[in-house]
Amino acid sequence: MLSSTAKNLYWMGRYLQRAKTVARLIEATQRMALQSGGETTTGVAAIFGLDEDFRKKHPQGTLADLIDFLALDDSNPSSIVSSIGAARMNAREERNNITVDVWESLNGLWLELSGRLRENRATLDRGALIEAAKKQAVMIFGAAQVTLLRDEAYNFLQVGAFLERADNTARVLDVKFHLLRPEGEPHARELDYYAWTEVLACIGAVRTYRRIYRTGLDPMKVAELMLLRRDVPRSVHHCLWIVDLNMRELAEAYGARGEADRMAGELHARLRYARIDRIFNVGLGRFIGDVQGDIAALSDEIGRQFLLD
Amino acid sequence: MAPQAFDEMRSGADGAIRTPYRGVARWLERTSPERLAATRRDVDAFYRRQGITFGAYGAADGAETTIPFDIIPRVIAWDEWEFLRKGLVQRVTALNAFLADAYSTREICRAGIVPEEQVLLNAEFVAMAQGLALPRGVHAHIAGIDLVRVGEKDFYVLEDNVRTPSGVSYVLENREVMMRLAPELFSAMSVLPVANYTEELLATLRSVSFSDDAEPNVVLLTPGHYNSAYFEHAFLADEMGIELVKGSDLFVDEGRVYMRTPRGPQRVDVIYRRLDDSFLDPLAMRADSWLGVAGLLGSLRSGRVNIVNALGNGVADDKSTYTYVPEMIRFYLGEEPILANVPTFRGDRPDEFKYMLDRLPELVVKEVHGSGGKGMLVGPTSSQSEIAEFAALLRARPGNYIAQPTLALSTCPTFVNQGVAPRHVDLRPFVLSGKEITIVPGGLTRVALKEGSLVVNSSQGGGTKDTWVLAPNGAGAPAPNGAPDKAMAQTQGSTAS
Repeated sequence: MLSSTAKNLYWMGRYLQRAKTVARLIEATQRMALQSGGETTTGVAAIFGLDEDFRKKHPQGTLADLIDFLALDDSNPSSIVSSIGAARMNAREERNNITVDVWESLNGLWLELSGRLRENRATLDRGALIEAAKKQAVMIFGAAQVTLLRDEAYNFLQVGAFLERADNTARVLDVKFHLLRPEGEPHARELDYYAWTEVLACIGAVRTYRRIYRTGLDPMKVAELMLLRRDVPRSVHHCLWIVDLNMRELAEAYGARGEADRMAGELHARLRYARIDRIFNVGLGRFIGDVQGDIAALSDEIGRQFLLD
Repeated sequence: MAPQAFDEMRSGADGAIRTPYRGVARWLERTSPERLAATRRDVDAFYRRQGITFGAYGAADGAETTIPFDIIPRVIAWDEWEFLRKGLVQRVTALNAFLADAYSTREICRAGIVPEEQVLLNAEFVAMAQGLALPRGVHAHIAGIDLVRVGEKDFYVLEDNVRTPSGVSYVLENREVMMRLAPELFSAMSVLPVANYTEELLATLRSVSFSDDAEPNVVLLTPGHYNSAYFEHAFLADEMGIELVKGSDLFVDEGRVYMRTPRGPQRVDVIYRRLDDSFLDPLAMRADSWLGVAGLLGSLRSGRVNIVNALGNGVADDKSTYTYVPEMIRFYLGEEPILANVPTFRGDRPDEFKYMLDRLPELVVKEVHGSGGKGMLVGPTSSQSEIAEFAALLRARPGNYIAQPTLALSTCPTFVNQGVAPRHVDLRPFVLSGKEITIVPGGLTRVALKEGSLVVNSSQGGGTKDTWVLAPNGAGAPAPNGAPDKAMAQTQGSTAS
């Protein structure tokens, strides 16, 4: 397999996952707005470091503006449309290294999105578009899981997707936590019930939370679920576990280990053995900041180690 | 207009259905136009979803379009194909002999048959390719020979393509689609398979490695996904199970070519390139090429990597060299050509040039180095002012043009908006030359979808058809059990050079 193939699959995984995260984020924000009766768009764009771009482009900052910005704006590199377009370009270059099922579902989504974008914006059903993106992205990952050969290419796709997912969950928790809770004492009782529901909804884990804890929403437990529960498929721990597993498979296939393998193992171990009360003592923001920084560093190191750059 | 064209379905004795088309004619009778229309819509959706696209050069937005596929197959009888196959083997053998000669001692020029300037002053001549002893002496490993039919027994070679001919992926995909669409028709006629093409291609590529490795490392070099034939590049690499590489995936170290992989560098022995000569190596050819590999030609010259097709093949397939091919066959093989050339007038010969100018409204005029149906004049369908404009171009550079009589290309029944109607077709079989010469039965049939149009190029609105070569005695009727397999073994029989 070529290094450029590894690179394309890695980024295809990242972009697809990002599109999926953004779709969930929009849905959660929309539901939150409906339930709280207000249009709280503040901070959502910040999750992808795009707060400034958004405010510049949409001084009004309405919910509809936010959705257009996050879903349809091709000048926003993290919008759903941009991410799916980028993932499709990666896939197109690797047309011969992915299965027909993966290609057809991804190309189908891209055709549907670009078709809808040509419709009249005034009557465009944004909800349906986002729903389609979310559902189809799940289908693409599903197609990958059931049809792709389990070789190095698959490992790189998985590493990309799960590294992105780990990063996305960490970002959502970080930004939401900052917005909702001033640093210092936990004021669990005063926290807005809907707001915590929204945080969980961003990673699709509202019912998961109830199944696991069987209590009301407690910020510390929400943070634990999103960071440390290995059995929650979007938790940072779960994602970094999968990244580590795939890195080990690559090391085995290549008969060599490098700095990226060490970093992946170290990150995984950190999430695996952390305790939520200790994290709160040190400061949640700091912990998440370190994890995000190390995810970015790992991504760079993977590029160096496997000649992807 | 051109004289009455030969229709491949209806031009039987007394206007009856020709034998090879009996099955198709019955199928057309039984299938309603609505059903055909619905089928055509399914096909179009299928091609688009699969991303089987073709971006015509120069399309404003580089948009991806699909080449229209016509659902009515074109049928060729076994004996017709045998005749064509022998002619193709002969012609490609001679073209390869010419290329080997042109880049070594040029015996054919010494013999006074081809003028030396035709080779040396040709814009496609690559001086750096001189004096190379290529494996098995093969230069044109993959050749696409464009054939047209004008009568029951009259076929002509319209042009030879021995640089990087494309279109074979459509041969394979069209067959897949046809088997899905009309299984009843397909199983009623015994059609020779084409699916073994990629296997034969890989065997051909492996057989021309400089190294004697049992499994030399073969890669397919593409300019990338902005190229209009990118789908085909990916498709072929996939079917052969080899790496599809871009220039940036390869590098040269100590005269050897390697590809970058997560495991580290891996040696490359044979490069099937789908990139023009001038882009291959920025050190040796165009310095501004980002698509090639620096040092590639040095590696070729030192016999460490083979490049397929060979460099400089353009001297054998431009439209002025074309006129010498029958002589090449006589010179190198001592045989009479089986397949005829279209009579061709050369702009660089004063008497022929004068004839050209006088008869423009009847002739088809082409640029010597033109391709894709561009820069040509089809006299009978052009207006007086178009002809006058073209005449000015001709006078400015006579040597840049050749002219041929307008041929009445044969027609095949084709499903168009108005229903089933005859449309003009040509045929491009793909000839593989390595250890042996192999041709899968049939080839790419291109069809001019516009009524009366003779231009079949996909960049000019042409479509494609599946091409069915029938097994012996497969005259549109069910074949006895086992017949197709036996027939297949025969078609793959080959001529060693």
